[in-house]
Amino acid sequence: MAWFLRTKDNITEKTQREMPDGLWTKCPTCSDIIYKRQLEENLFSCPKCNFHFRIGSEEFIDIIFDQGTFTETNNNLISSDTLNFVDTKPYKDRIIDAHKKTNLGDAITTGHGLVEGHKLSFGCMNFNFIGGSMGSVVGEKIFRAAKYSLEHKAPLLIITTSGGARMQEAALSLMQMAKTSAILGELAEASIAYITLLTDPTTGGVTASYGMLGDVILAEPGALIGFAGPRVIEQTIRRKLPAGFQRSEFLLEKGFVDTIVPRKDLKKTLVQMINWFGK
Amino acid sequence: MSSKIILDFEKPIVELEKKIEEMKLMSNDLDISSEIVFLEKKVNDLKLQVYKQLTRWQRVQIARHPERPLTLDYIHNCFDSFIELHGDRKFKDDPAIIGGFAELDGSPVMIVGHQKGRDTKSNLYRNFGMSNPEGYRKANRLFAMAEKFNRPVITFLDTPGAFPGIEAEERGQAEAIARNLMQMSSLKVPIVIVIIGEGASGGAIGIGVGDRVLMFENSWYSVISPESCSSILWRSWDFKEQAAEALQLTAVDLKKQGIIDEIIEEPIGGAHKDPDFMFKIVKSTLIKEIKQLQKLSQDKLIKNRREKFYQMGVWNE
Repeated sequence: MAWFLRTKDNITEKTQREMPDGLWTKCPTCSDIIYKRQLEENLFSCPKCNFHFRIGSEEFIDIIFDQGTFTETNNNLISSDTLNFVDTKPYKDRIIDAHKKTNLGDAITTGHGLVEGHKLSFGCMNFNFIGGSMGSVVGEKIFRAAKYSLEHKAPLLIITTSGGARMQEAALSLMQMAKTSAILGELAEASIAYITLLTDPTTGGVTASYGMLGDVILAEPGALIGFAGPRVIEQTIRRKLPAGFQRSEFLLEKGFVDTIVPRKDLKKTLVQMINWFGK
Repeated sequence: MSSKIILDFEKPIVELEKKIEEMKLMSNDLDISSEIVFLEKKVNDLKLQVYKQLTRWQRVQIARHPERPLTLDYIHNCFDSFIELHGDRKFKDDPAIIGGFAELDGSPVMIVGHQKGRDTKSNLYRNFGMSNPEGYRKANRLFAMAEKFNRPVITFLDTPGAFPGIEAEERGQAEAIARNLMQMSSLKVPIVIVIIGEGASGGAIGIGVGDRVLMFENSWYSVISPESCSSILWRSWDFKEQAAEALQLTAVDLKKQGIIDEIIEEPIGGAHKDPDFMFKIVKSTLIKEIKQLQKLSQDKLIKNRREKFYQMGVWNE
């Protein structure tokens, strides 16, 4: 029955663990060997070439919020497999595995806290939870974070990283684009600041909704940001893509990002902006 | 209307119909009228059997049928005095999304819709109904104008997706779509959406946020096409039928999920079998829907629309 066995790998949600558990780690761009403590102190960016390692919500919360002020909200929202979606693996199992692997509620962590004493409502996506894909839970948590902003007149920051809308929730995922954009419209009417930080990678329905709707759009250096993924574009136009295409610096040049912020300047920049926006 | 293009699952019906035609020719010499009646009954039963139990993939095929009426057909047959308005005032005109002034039963409306082509030449011109950012920005401009002059908006959705090209990325495909989502969710005039064929992903919802979402019986609407879904999740193009089933992308599916409001029924075999019937239904439905929406105050209209999308999604808590 060898012919009957699957020869190709199933889709798995493993992301390259760019944070190995050992004491030393190698930078994927400049190949420099970095001592782990040093990397942490440098906020997970390479001290030599400034390559930004992928990090999750936990690290970003540490970087941004005043110590001990962050309160996570709505962590009890769990994805439900209402369509009984099965591809090479049932969606139900994918959700369970993602929980086990990441210890996260879903592809976004939301909450609020203080940044240099300023109240900030917050959402940060996690790429290692089913590719940071946006389903009903991501949409609802963003909706509630925005509601918090409205109720407390607090600016909203969303840090994105995502492959796009979650296919296993089909049209329901697609509708999250409209849902999140609609509540952000309410924020805009109330003159409450909305800031996005696009990190590597941000594509698909996330870019084409709340990703691109910030009053200011920040990006981390070198992040892949786009609507269509580079592979899809290459297949469509049958041409290799130029170097640097769809990277933060490219978007800055084309006028779709306000400024690129290295991680070490993130908190300082946010505070300046929150001050500018005022109460 | 007999179609020149036959889908694979329609072949038994067409063969039987051919046989009946042949027999009718012979019937001048022979008395076989009872056989003909018998076969005609049989073909009707077969039609019911095939078309009333279409699989999701078969509906996707009908949604893409080359003879299916397109946005411009509805514009010319359901409305009067259409004036097409071109261009996004920023970069260029995108023929994959069209729009302009029209009258519906004597009342001015703004129409926007995806436009596919009918043959190779027109499909190249229309980019197969795959819009670039300019298309969404033209729509954005027309929506704003509709709001300014207090005219209701009607959009027709029929796209295999927003165009995934280098230039589309350079000019901010994602930003153009996102901007429309926010604008449409808070537009101060009624918006009725009609999904007439393919509703693929961000490219579709980019002009698809409204007070009422109507969907043709044989159209599809989802986060991704069955083929692309197959290629990503199964790593092969061969699982499109399974992908279509898994995505639950038909009008009946979406009504159940609370994503659309109304299903517009099609003649047996699809809209292309009787376009005039479709034009009549679409026209009368739009008149009714817009009249209903115009009764609401501006605040109520926007509140209801937002609330409708806020309700979308399923999770455990």
